[in-house]
Amino acid sequence: MAEPVRVLLPDALVRLFPGASRQLHVIAGSVGEAIVELDRRWPGMADRLCDSTPAIRRHINIFVDGDKARLATALRPGAEMFVTTAISGG
Amino acid sequence: MATRVMLLVGTKKGAFLVEGDAARRNWALRGPYCETWPINHAVADPVSGTIWAAGGNEWFGPAVWRSEDLGATWTHSSAGLAYEAGAVPVKSAWSLALGPDGTLWAGVEPAGLFRSDDRGATFAHVTGLTEHPSRAEWQPGGGGLILHGVLPHPAEADRLWVAISAGGVFATEDGGMTWAPRNRGTRQDYAPEDQRYPEHGQCVHALAMAAGMPDRLYQQNHCGMYRSDDGGRHWTSIEAGLPSSFGFPAVAHPRDPETLFLLPLNGDQAGRFVPGGAAAVWRTRDAGATWQALREGLPQGNAYFGVLRRAMAVDRLDPAGVYFGTSGGALFVSADEGENWSCIAEHLPTVLSVEALVLDG
Repeated sequence: MAEPVRVLLPDALVRLFPGASRQLHVIAGSVGEAIVELDRRWPGMADRLCDSTPAIRRHINIFVDGDKARLATALRPGAEMFVTTAISGG
Repeated sequence: MATRVMLLVGTKKGAFLVEGDAARRNWALRGPYCETWPINHAVADPVSGTIWAAGGNEWFGPAVWRSEDLGATWTHSSAGLAYEAGAVPVKSAWSLALGPDGTLWAGVEPAGLFRSDDRGATFAHVTGLTEHPSRAEWQPGGGGLILHGVLPHPAEADRLWVAISAGGVFATEDGGMTWAPRNRGTRQDYAPEDQRYPEHGQCVHALAMAAGMPDRLYQQNHCGMYRSDDGGRHWTSIEAGLPSSFGFPAVAHPRDPETLFLLPLNGDQAGRFVPGGAAAVWRTRDAGATWQALREGLPQGNAYFGVLRRAMAVDRLDPAGVYFGTSGGALFVSADEGENWSCIAEHLPTVLSVEALVLDG
């Protein structure tokens, strides 16, 4: 089995989903696939991160191994996907 | 336990609940709820006590929050609360109303209407309104392009009016499949002289339905105050006697179809404050023929606040309680139909909406 991706979620997001955790591991080949997996675990989470365009929401930033990512950005086995709320949205 | 009133207060930083005693004299505030998201409108089912709160967060988008236990716990959903891929996404849920058949209606920004047939768990787009041929001409007002008011007929579930800034008033009589503009007689002072009475595009600020007379509607507009006695097909100005033609909320009495409460502001280009820095709720007892200013207990000097379109409400008690919240975060209550007022909270975030839920024992 492929090495999982480490996902880090912001506290403001996790507070919306009882039982969700700030750090987890998922098997996913892209940012979009990782978000589908998050939504499977906590239904509704994809709507909080993505709009219907579809795209990552304007004031949500996702970094993969330190680089700003889009939904189509590939995730290598063992990558780190860091989800954060943008300062512009606060 | 005696009958008491709970105020549902939507603010720029969350929802608050304010519970009164039987006399509506002492009030206890709790909150903020909904993770301090901006809450544009909160409503309740008067039978079950379920509370819904419509909002939108800059980070996380639109959602409708729900509490089944008077605010102790909340969940949220935006399942289905989205336009099709490629369209400008829904930014915020803006207005809620419960229909006579239990449908929960939700107006959103950019302007559109959604319905929930499962009490807010999931939503479906009412495409008939968005597909109206006038849609491309709707223009955003100061608050954005918003569907800020949904007025269901109290008995006929297929009949509904909506208020859009600035698209105007639209009505459906087939449950949302087709819509017709209902703006005849309301004007646009800001348009060229020969275009001041169009079929649609007016900047409606608030709609209210007269008690027991579903075809009598009142409308506070950006440009004037109006009444219709035929379900919005024709509107007549009732602004004579008011200090200003500009204001946001309009709230109908719970039993008397002739009584309406307003809170006029000094004008759209004059700061949008209460006129003269002195606050007053204006009331008519004769369907808009005459108006009285109600000032007892309200600040009469150096008051530079406004009251937004959803930020005034009545309860269903007798005499009716009247409530409003200000742009400066104050809440005022009257337990005697506006004769006397007191301030029950002073330092809330900007108040976006107020509704009153009567709790029986």
